[in-house]
Amino acid sequence: MKPAPFDYVAPASIDEVLTLLAEAGGGATLLAGGQTLMPLLNLRMSQPFIVIDINKVAALKGITHTDGGIRIGPMTRQCEVIDNELLARELPVLVQAVRHVGHHQTRNRGTVGGSIALGEPAAELPATAVALDATIEVRSVRGTRQIAASDFYLGPYMTVLEPDEIVTGITFPGWPAGHRTLFSELAQRPGDFALVGLVGALAIDAGKISRAGIAWFGMGPTPIRARAAEQLLLGQTLDNIDVDTVAERAIADTAPFDDKQTSAEYRRTVGRRMFARTLREALNIEVAA
Amino acid sequence: MSKHHVEMTINGRRHDGDVEARVSLSDFLRGDAGYTGVHVGCEHGVCGACTVIVDGVAVRSCLMLAVQADGSTITTAEGLAAPDGTLHPVQQAMLEEHALQCGFCTPGVVMTLAALTQGEQKPTEQQLIAAMSGHVCRCTGYQGIRRAACKLAAPATGETA
Repeated sequence: MKPAPFDYVAPASIDEVLTLLAEAGGGATLLAGGQTLMPLLNLRMSQPFIVIDINKVAALKGITHTDGGIRIGPMTRQCEVIDNELLARELPVLVQAVRHVGHHQTRNRGTVGGSIALGEPAAELPATAVALDATIEVRSVRGTRQIAASDFYLGPYMTVLEPDEIVTGITFPGWPAGHRTLFSELAQRPGDFALVGLVGALAIDAGKISRAGIAWFGMGPTPIRARAAEQLLLGQTLDNIDVDTVAERAIADTAPFDDKQTSAEYRRTVGRRMFARTLREALNIEVAA
Repeated sequence: MSKHHVEMTINGRRHDGDVEARVSLSDFLRGDAGYTGVHVGCEHGVCGACTVIVDGVAVRSCLMLAVQADGSTITTAEGLAAPDGTLHPVQQAMLEEHALQCGFCTPGVVMTLAALTQGEQKPTEQQLIAAMSGHVCRCTGYQGIRRAACKLAAPATGETA
């Protein structure tokens, strides 16, 4: 249970990181919060020849307001999201999602960008980025790319990130004041990855749903956007929504699998009910007794 | 493999040493610095037994490299009680509530509770209990741990945070 030997460097600038990544030719691993990488190293499931620790790169940290919304530096710790007033006010669903990432002790080290870049399909943050139309900025010595979160994930732990690239920012577009949030997850124990989860936001303008972004996690090989359900919701007045039909449509977009925790069928059953309940809560729709 | 010189303050004393890059903070604290109160359980971040306080916050020391802790201030279970042996409030609460059986998970539990209760503003019962989800107690002694955590929380005001 000890890592295989590796070299360790802790550069202070993004440019140094990019050069090191390019020189390593795929043999390097970036060390962000380490809450996933360290177990993989300890178990020798990952055996890089060089570990590039990016904890000293100040330019990768922080939460700022920009023209495009709220930009989060990838090395922002998860605990900082929970304590951030700007996010609490403007993007409360992100804070809600981060509260479900791991445990207090792992959130003190774990980072936003680490979780986004890892691409665990049952994790909260990738799905939140997909639901809220976040843009992921990645850099390499070859240049900078802006990638829509919905184009970022290819499969379990597989993303469009090339071996020489690093995530340098995640920008969440703003949502209007008073938007509604959706968040729910079922896990075997608090802090575990979700068996089923969903996250999203709804904007309401003049009594009608004007914008919708909802995504599933734990319901397929990547986060899955509930686009068909969103289409059903758009333009509807709040008293005119057939919640069960929308939930049925949302489930149709998922691709859950059987694994050692539970079955795909269970995930669909729970997901359908979870979606309906969470949507009702978000819209303040009372259920008839 | 690279070797690195590290210096850190552990329980108020300075320690330095040369470590291979792959050495975890937990192994450095136990093996090099001799603080065997750092219990190494699962070594992959699941059990919480190795939790220590690094620069004021509770972290799993098996999920951090020793070289990353260079320049840090660290507290382990050995650093809690007063020099005259008076127990830290967290240790006292654990004692009074019979919050340990075999004691393997105990140092980690104690360090999380100590980190969360060190400030002026005490956390709520709910917050402390939620933080206990990061610890596995195989003796299933959770009720005692829960009582100790509740004892350390801010007095209930009728409102929840």
